Amino acid sequence: MNLEKIRKKIKKKVGIDVKVSEELHAIKLEGNAKEWEQVVKAGYIAADSKCKGVINNILVDTIDDSISKPNFYNEELDQEECDVLIIGAGIIGCSIARELSKYKLNIILVEKEHDVAMHASSRNDGMIHPGFAPKINSLKSKMNLRGNYLYNKISEDLDVEMNKTGSLILFDSYKTLPLSLIFSIKCKKINLESKTLLRKKLLELEPNLAEKVKWGYYLPSAKVMSPYLMTVAYAENAVNNGIKLYLDTCVMNVVRKNKEITHVITNQGEIKTKVVINAAGTSADIIADMAGDRFYTIHPRKGEIALADKKVGKYFNRIAGMPEISLKSKSKGGGLIKTVAGNILIGPNAFEVQKKEDYTTSNKSLKEMINDRLEIIKSVHQRDVITYFAGTRAATYKEEFIIELSENLDNFIHVAGIQSPGFASAPAIAERVENITLEVLNKSFNVEKNKNYNPIRRKNKNLNIMDKEERDKLIHKNSDYGEIICRCEEISKGEIIDALNSPISVDTVDGIKRRTRAGMGRCQGGFCMPLIMEIISEYKNLKMKDVYKKNSESTIVVKETK
Amino acid sequence: MYDVIVIGGGPAGMAAAIKAKQNGSKTLIIEREKKLGGILKQCIHDGFGLIKFKKQLTGPEYAQRYTELVNELKIETMVNTYVSNLKVNGDFFEITIVNRKGIKVLFSKALVLANGCRERSVKQIFIDGTRPSGVFTAGTAQYLVNRKGYLPCKNCIILGSGDIGLIMARRLKLEGANVLGVYEVKNSPSGLTRNIIQCLDDYNIPLYLSKTISTIHGKNRVIGVDIVSVDENLKEIPNTKEYISCDGVILSVGLIPENENAESLNVSISKNTKGPIVDQNLMTSIPGVFSCGNALHVNDLVDYVSESGEIAGLNASKYAFSHYENFDEFLNLEFNDNDFLYVVPQKLKINFNENTIIYFRVKEEIENCVVRILYDNKCIYEKKYNKVKPPEMERIILKNIKLDITKSISLNLGKE
Repeated sequence: MNLEKIRKKIKKKVGIDVKVSEELHAIKLEGNAKEWEQVVKAGYIAADSKCKGVINNILVDTIDDSISKPNFYNEELDQEECDVLIIGAGIIGCSIARELSKYKLNIILVEKEHDVAMHASSRNDGMIHPGFAPKINSLKSKMNLRGNYLYNKISEDLDVEMNKTGSLILFDSYKTLPLSLIFSIKCKKINLESKTLLRKKLLELEPNLAEKVKWGYYLPSAKVMSPYLMTVAYAENAVNNGIKLYLDTCVMNVVRKNKEITHVITNQGEIKTKVVINAAGTSADIIADMAGDRFYTIHPRKGEIALADKKVGKYFNRIAGMPEISLKSKSKGGGLIKTVAGNILIGPNAFEVQKKEDYTTSNKSLKEMINDRLEIIKSVHQRDVITYFAGTRAATYKEEFIIELSENLDNFIHVAGIQSPGFASAPAIAERVENITLEVLNKSFNVEKNKNYNPIRRKNKNLNIMDKEERDKLIHKNSDYGEIICRCEEISKGEIIDALNSPISVDTVDGIKRRTRAGMGRCQGGFCMPLIMEIISEYKNLKMKDVYKKNSESTIVVKETK
Repeated sequence: MYDVIVIGGGPAGMAAAIKAKQNGSKTLIIEREKKLGGILKQCIHDGFGLIKFKKQLTGPEYAQRYTELVNELKIETMVNTYVSNLKVNGDFFEITIVNRKGIKVLFSKALVLANGCRERSVKQIFIDGTRPSGVFTAGTAQYLVNRKGYLPCKNCIILGSGDIGLIMARRLKLEGANVLGVYEVKNSPSGLTRNIIQCLDDYNIPLYLSKTISTIHGKNRVIGVDIVSVDENLKEIPNTKEYISCDGVILSVGLIPENENAESLNVSISKNTKGPIVDQNLMTSIPGVFSCGNALHVNDLVDYVSESGEIAGLNASKYAFSHYENFDEFLNLEFNDNDFLYVVPQKLKINFNENTIIYFRVKEEIENCVVRILYDNKCIYEKKYNKVKPPEMERIILKNIKLDITKSISLNLGKE
């Protein structure tokens, strides 16, 4: 590794003079920059060399104040001791917790937010990628291919709706047709089913494709799920199998003794543990730093997503996108996806941002993206969009997953840099982490199976898709199922109460929304939000002013009227 | 089997049901809320019924007059009942309903859709920034304050000068909230003049024209907004950004007729009104399906909502009795998109003995103008206006139409 060469290259290409050194087999950059863009560019230059990772400590003036944390401290967890402590209840943390719940282990999953799946896991498009895009033999490729396969069973075990739609890579010129040869060679190598389809055949699959679409490459193994429902399912099954989930619990420090982590300090007290699994998403580098074992930097890559009214859902059925033919772009974006709920999801786009939890959306970039992505189909327009949001991908400069036991600590497992296709890879990542964890623990004791482990979880009832007789019978048993609260999505009071009573109890309007879809329709909760607040207030015995949108700082009503 | 089923028990639906029942039809009202009255139940301010009852009533009082009549006439009603599915089945309609008693299919010869309207949400106007709590549509805020007794914010900004926004500005002020201002992106208010005077001027609430919110700030709850000035094309003027700290944003940025039921029957929808295309009997493109009230087009006075309900109800009743003169021949009532936002009805039966009521809104404010109806290039109706403006719906009545299918008829706007 020629550090001086990297320094010169950064100076020449980015125009900043930074200190370049080596630490934990990674390249460390220190110094100052004016723009975040310069920081990112320098990071990529360093990542081009042979190194384990890039620790990018180049500073810009603005500080990242975006990371949300619980606003209280107590000692409630001080007596807690566990075998495995998992940090972060996104799709990765929850899937690992569920796989480890097969064993007779004391497992704690901590999450700084008031619910699971609050960051990237509820801010992505829900695509289960076929495994076509990642570089062959990369960890991403392996995890993606295996994850895609594992979802077939896991979706049934955990009762999460999954649509086996397949995906289409679309092209607007026959000139690009030779690409299909390159594609099929790659598919053969990774044993992936695929098909080249000319316009006529494409129209059989998607009759509303725009005129400009000439041919497409079809990957039938791509699937679609709701990423947050999948995360909730994993978490509920893990909790049912005995793991402890502590929400509103933020890791403030990691304490080590020699080559071992002994405990972590949270806002709710100290937790002793034998193993720590770092699944903290965009904050994974912060956790690694606390443990003194950071050899990577997460540079957040934002993606905005828009959703169209279900009314126009009939115009598109699968996953499709028209890729930009550009070799420079490391950014990944998406095209269109028909969600399991029946909406057309538009996006995401992709751009580098400094703040890890920068979930702001911009009018300009959203509209650009919406109009660009909608060009591949007819009959759907920007005016059909009913909502939009943004998320950040946990990208490292190596643009590769990090799933490994620390080289320096005996009981610290990194699960970092899990960006796209992270959701698609989750079951495979969980499987890999399960094995690493067992290896670590088996050194000190013999890990036994959990005799009471039940891999099956059943979702709550969704009445509007039931046949009339079944639905009628249920309403006769419980009349709350007959009282429609959310008129856009046809969700009953009974379904909302079921969500309130689910294994991971939620008491927020957003929590109910994610679990039931109440408030996700075209009126965006205008009619049902106060009604849902009242149900939460009644069933959780809370005052109306203590019913929140997502956490205790997002109050909805401020006081009673005069 | 019912003669007429009315979906929606607000002012339009109740008026429709009353007319249908008085005409002798077996009538049912289906209402999704627990009580009849619709949005009027939360409109505790006065100003309702000036035309209909020559009296200043509050919303609940206006609704009460109709609910009493509904009860007196013993009109069947199902409240807390949701229409899950609508289907045409030969000569009648199949209506699948869900309520606490179960799921049931009802049959009817005619249908009146009186679903009302919904508010445009914050997402439909594309504001930059985060998605915190504290952002409410004016109607939701009104429901929370007037029906539930909760204040949604202490320091708020009202975006849009629609009538509910203006009324909520006053209401929140009366409840002790600090209303920092009403911001309207256009260069003229979109609410009624009387509301500007009675709700803003009388309470010293400032109205800012050609200004809008560009960004909403706040991770959890709203902490502030950026306000910008816009030019005549509603484009942001650079360097006009101003940060205002607040804990609430109330939106009054437009209403959309609720026509999910109509669309499920494949009723043709007008691009201008976003409601069904109707004839002067308020029958939609599907025979036997009638539309009225704010589901047909967004009204500014409830009196006209009731009026359209009466027309739809009576004609639905006639249709059910097969006394409906169903000529298939219509002439489209033409109008220029540059002059009018919309005109209702959009098509006219060529033989029509009763009064034809035409509702319209102009696109821009004009003084001293004439609205004419030209038939076969001849003026058959003329009305002078001192001033017409988009927030105020206008209404004219035509008598005894006999039209020739080969000719054309149009509504025109001209200078005096």
